[in-house]
Amino acid sequence: MPKRILDVKNLKIDFHTYAGEVKAIRNVSFHLNEGETLAIVGESGSGKSVTTRSIIGLLARNAQIMGGEIDFHGKNLLDISEKEWQKIRGNEIAMIFQDPMTSLDPTMKIGQQIAEPLIKHKGASKKEAWAKALEMMKAVGIPNAEERINEYPHQFSGGMRQRIVIAIALICEPEILLADEPTTALDVTVQAEILDLMKSLQKRVKTSIIFITHDLGVVAGMADRVAVMYAGEFMEYGTVDEIFYNPQHPYTWGLINSMPTLESNTLESIPGTPPDLLDPPKGDPFAPRNKYAMKIDVQRKPPFFKVSDTHYAATWLLAPGAPKVEPPLEIQRRWKKFKLMQEQDKVEQN
Amino acid sequence: MAKYLLKRILYMILTLFVVATATFFLMKLMPGSPYANEAKMTPTQLKIMNEQYGLNKPVWLQYLIYIGGMLHGNFGTSFQYSNQPVSSLIASRLGASCQLGLQALILGVVLGVIIGAIAAMRQGTWVDSTATVFAIIGKSVPNFVLAVLLQYYIGLKLGWFPIAGWGQFSETILPTIALAVGPLAETARFIRTSMVDTLSSDYIELGKAKGLSRIEVIRKHAMRNSVIPLVTLIGPYAVALMTGSMVIENIFNIPGIGEQFVKSILTNDYPTIMGITMVYCIGLVIVLLITDIVYGLIDPRIRLAGNED
Repeated sequence: MPKRILDVKNLKIDFHTYAGEVKAIRNVSFHLNEGETLAIVGESGSGKSVTTRSIIGLLARNAQIMGGEIDFHGKNLLDISEKEWQKIRGNEIAMIFQDPMTSLDPTMKIGQQIAEPLIKHKGASKKEAWAKALEMMKAVGIPNAEERINEYPHQFSGGMRQRIVIAIALICEPEILLADEPTTALDVTVQAEILDLMKSLQKRVKTSIIFITHDLGVVAGMADRVAVMYAGEFMEYGTVDEIFYNPQHPYTWGLINSMPTLESNTLESIPGTPPDLLDPPKGDPFAPRNKYAMKIDVQRKPPFFKVSDTHYAATWLLAPGAPKVEPPLEIQRRWKKFKLMQEQDKVEQN
Repeated sequence: MAKYLLKRILYMILTLFVVATATFFLMKLMPGSPYANEAKMTPTQLKIMNEQYGLNKPVWLQYLIYIGGMLHGNFGTSFQYSNQPVSSLIASRLGASCQLGLQALILGVVLGVIIGAIAAMRQGTWVDSTATVFAIIGKSVPNFVLAVLLQYYIGLKLGWFPIAGWGQFSETILPTIALAVGPLAETARFIRTSMVDTLSSDYIELGKAKGLSRIEVIRKHAMRNSVIPLVTLIGPYAVALMTGSMVIENIFNIPGIGEQFVKSILTNDYPTIMGITMVYCIGLVIVLLITDIVYGLIDPRIRLAGNED
């Protein structure tokens, strides 16, 4: 049983807007194991960013936590003071943002920006911190680090800036790294480099990562476990193989089915738009867009049904006595592959 | 950098030359003559006077003579105060204007930055709204109206400071306040906007994610980035304030250069008009150069652009 480093229970977050209360996060529970990478996938506005921001205490001013618990080292992060937060942020929990072009202070030397958390948290002298900053710059693969440490952000490319942001996040060797779409703003080749870098540094620093993305391709290469989020709720979560090859929730089917493959001639999509969270639906929020939806989906919210010890999905299709439905062809193909994989595993174990 | 500076200085000289030329000919188009009682003068007297001041020569020749003199640092002799060189006339008056302007600039900008920053940090609260209302009032009330109000209420009714005059520091307080309110309001509004913008940027978020406190984030990351656009604003303000405000100097009876400028225009005192215009202009181009250099010091992105130039 892996050790849990973070436990989020029944998290509820509202946003005050002129139009009313937007129920952005509605009863989200998950945990993060030591050393693993948990990917949270979902479309824009599904609440992935809000969820991670609550873990580092950087919610927007109009956000209000309506309930729940975030358990980290026996402390509930939703209860602690701003002073305590300042000791955790950048030290035990660090964050990487989406856009490297705007994440760095344009008027401060790179070295100072990387050294800053170390000076703040570990009481390092400027000299020590800069030495460590140089080491980090080398670790994240910045050539000529000795010279470039005195340069400013505008002298670096997007990919290099994201490497610097990673260096800043990891300099205090945090236990948890929150990565909010860290490669979305980068082009594809640079994206792959950054993902590789994050994986290798994760081993070195021994950090757990919560990785937010809407790109399933990135998830496949990066994550140990995956949680699928929709309209402020988790729909399904499991190991990366379980989500990719044995998906159970129709929303996950839709997501996987809309990934282009080498064989696909058309680009599939999920029709419709997410529900208005000012007035969230009573039942399964995905029901209106779900062609497999049953009457009960609209009436009652499905609980999480257990698929395996690590795999849960919130869909009435898994309820005992639910009708068998034919998922899209691509999903059926994956299910077959999953069975083969399981049989192979058994053979290997014996 | 040296190449850049040299280029800038050449441009400055060119600018001064163009301004001198334009002002010279425009000035000659003004109606009237420098003589107070021209109607009573005989043609012979007029001729002698014109010869004495060199006004009998064709305008283009006068222009060449003037430019020639200027190149040698000779700005001519005032018509109004006979035998007093324009340069010493300006020198005797520039000090008061500079002191007053500098005081007003420092007061206005420092207070403006503080008020603007506080308003931005308390964005959307009553502090912010109050600051905005005062900024709008400060910007829209003309400084001479304010000057008179200050004289009446603070000078006369309360008797805290002298109403007018020049010599003691206490006499500079009311005109300094009157002059400072405009730049103060403008700076506060400017910094507030700029700071709100900066505070919503990603690197401020990253600063917080590093574990910095609110004050640290503002001190280390927000301040410098918010002040950059202000540098552009301060340059021309500095010149305008330091070369004097004609109206304020008149109201407070301050022997500054602004007051002298008005007098010289009213009396067609050509050399003085030219002299003061050139002082204004020299001040402006120098301040603009300093602004650009300071810009580069605060913002590394501009430093690079200067080098590539």
